[in-house]
Amino acid sequence: MGYPHPSHPKETPVLSKHFGDPEARTFDGWVKHGGYEALRKAVGMTREAIIEEVKASGLRGRGGAGFPTGLKWSFMPKEAVKPHYLVCNADESEPGTFKDREIMRWTPHALIEGCAIGAYAIGAERCYIYIRGEFTEPWRVMSNAVDEAVARGALGANVFGSGKRVEMILHRGAGAYICGEETAMMNSIEGKRGNPRIKPPFPAVAGLFGMPTTINNVETLAAVPHILNRGAEWYKGLCLGNPKSTGTKLVSVCGHVQRPGNYEVVMGTPVREILYDMCGGPLPGRTFKAVIPGGSSVPIMTIEEAEAALFDYEGIVAQGSMLGSAGMIVMDDTTDMVYQIWRLAKFYAHESCAQCTQCREGTAWTTRIFERILSGKGKQEDFQLLLELSENMTGKTICVLSDSCAAPVVSGIQKFRSEFEAYIAGAREPAMAAV
Amino acid sequence: MSGKTGHGTTSTEEYAPVFAGPPRARLEELFALYPTKQACLLPALWIVQEERGWISERAIGEVAEVLGLTPAYVKGVVTFYTMYHTHPVGRHFIQVCTTTPCNICGAEDVVKALLQETGCGELGATSPDGRFTVIEVECLGACGFATPILVDNDFVENVTPEKVPGILQRYQ
Ligand SMILES: Cc1cc2nc3c(=O)[nH]c(=O)nc-3n(C[C@H](O)[C@H](O)[C@H](O)COP(=O)(O)O)c2cc1C
Ligand code: SF4
Ligand code: FES
Repeated sequence: MGYPHPSHPKETPVLSKHFGDPEARTFDGWVKHGGYEALRKAVGMTREAIIEEVKASGLRGRGGAGFPTGLKWSFMPKEAVKPHYLVCNADESEPGTFKDREIMRWTPHALIEGCAIGAYAIGAERCYIYIRGEFTEPWRVMSNAVDEAVARGALGANVFGSGKRVEMILHRGAGAYICGEETAMMNSIEGKRGNPRIKPPFPAVAGLFGMPTTINNVETLAAVPHILNRGAEWYKGLCLGNPKSTGTKLVSVCGHVQRPGNYEVVMGTPVREILYDMCGGPLPGRTFKAVIPGGSSVPIMTIEEAEAALFDYEGIVAQGSMLGSAGMIVMDDTTDMVYQIWRLAKFYAHESCAQCTQCREGTAWTTRIFERILSGKGKQEDFQLLLELSENMTGKTICVLSDSCAAPVVSGIQKFRSEFEAYIAGAREPAMAAV
Repeated sequence: MSGKTGHGTTSTEEYAPVFAGPPRARLEELFALYPTKQACLLPALWIVQEERGWISERAIGEVAEVLGLTPAYVKGVVTFYTMYHTHPVGRHFIQVCTTTPCNICGAEDVVKALLQETGCGELGATSPDGRFTVIEVECLGACGFATPILVDNDFVENVTPEKVPGILQRYQ
């Protein structure tokens, strides 16, 4: 449902069906809605059979990269000679994205169940759920739910009497966007600075505490119980024509729309329907100008591109951007694109972990060049400088934070050049004092 | 270790250790949750901040000692994360999101209202009555409910400049 709004007929609520219902937060309430059936079933299956089912469903990672989940699980060693770990990524800090927090706030047991199934499937007896430090309420809800699940035998040394052990530990972040990157997250759990690691080795070989590890996003794991309950064929059927993108997806929509919020749609839904039918279109007297469809780290789309796009991994790529985390930032004609891209650059400069020179210097420089332009001191050469810097920040660093800063800059210059020109020509009042 | 390395000896004031009594028991429980002691660092720092309001040099020395790390290492970690305070802050700590999605919905006006109503005047400063400290933060993961603020542990959504005085009243 379109929490906090009533469900729209064009939505397909699977994960969000019980958002807003306090009863669903409790163990008994969850069981009443069919909860924990999938986990009971899973512990009676072989690890391989679960992985096969998830592979067949077509489920892809909802954390941003869209990697096939079943395939990722199959990279884990067959025999658990060393301890294996599952890490659930609940760091949700990508600007524009606020879906995982609703899953944790309203359906904590869905996540616990998904984590328990995932852990068993990859041969892990322990799962760490890394929750960003600012998520105080989701933390409380999750913490109570884990206690309940332990008390009711869904977690612990003997899951539902099966002899299988699954422990779940909540780990609190402390304010750092970069800890959402999977290898930075492992360092953070280990008590280190959240610096991403050079890959290889990949986490499935040497991850958390040097052991084979799988990291999955909250929404990815929360989808797993539904797949086991209703079958891979059902999940695969949730798609409007493109078999590479299956299932439902929570879209977080924010910015200049009438009804911002989370909406759950079948993959392949036209973006138009999300913007106009579900979100109610632009604010009175305004018109849409741009959409950043996948959280702030992807290229900006013009409204024409967005309106022509189908909402799934391939559909957004076909219109020049990426699905990312599916946090849609909608901007209308009142938006100063130069100023807002500056604000994004500032975000990345602040969040860079500073290990790579291109990223540390590039994000800071980019921010300063934008400040020069915004203060009316920009030059024509700044276009070239920004594009060269962006080129230097793409594909050359330990993680893709650096690329993420370049994406809105390059697409912004390409698609909204006249707004930059206006500042440079002095045709527009400076937005900030000279630096 | 802290005494020998000089950490915790810069002031003549008595330092009462954080990890005694119930906080110590909480720390011991943490040890069972991770295969290394070092992994308890973030949770241990959270305990210090809950108990003392901020993380002093001496507390850093104490954490280093209980976890078998060096104070320099612990400090490097503390300063990496934005939520740990390395200086005392007001009785109520307010974090306002001003990242792009909130920015286009008027977050900067909320910041102005907060700075004015609290008397803090500028970001990072504590109000003269010691009641508030206001800082700008990056995306709080609630972008659909612009502008969200975090007052201590309370998440408040859809904040507008007009709502600021009423919200502040709840925090004395
Ligand atoms: C800078 C950066 C930040 C990220 N932040 C998050 C995040 O907050 N949440 C998340 O689930 N994935 C995030 N990711 C993606 C993770 O690295 C990882 O791909 C994901 O958690 C894998 O889970 P999935 O396969 O279920 O999507 C981030 C990646 C990068 C490079
Ligand atoms: S690209 Fe940036 S954030 Fe990523 S590892 Fe390098 S410096 Fe750190
Ligand atoms: S941008 Fe403000 S909460 Fe995300």
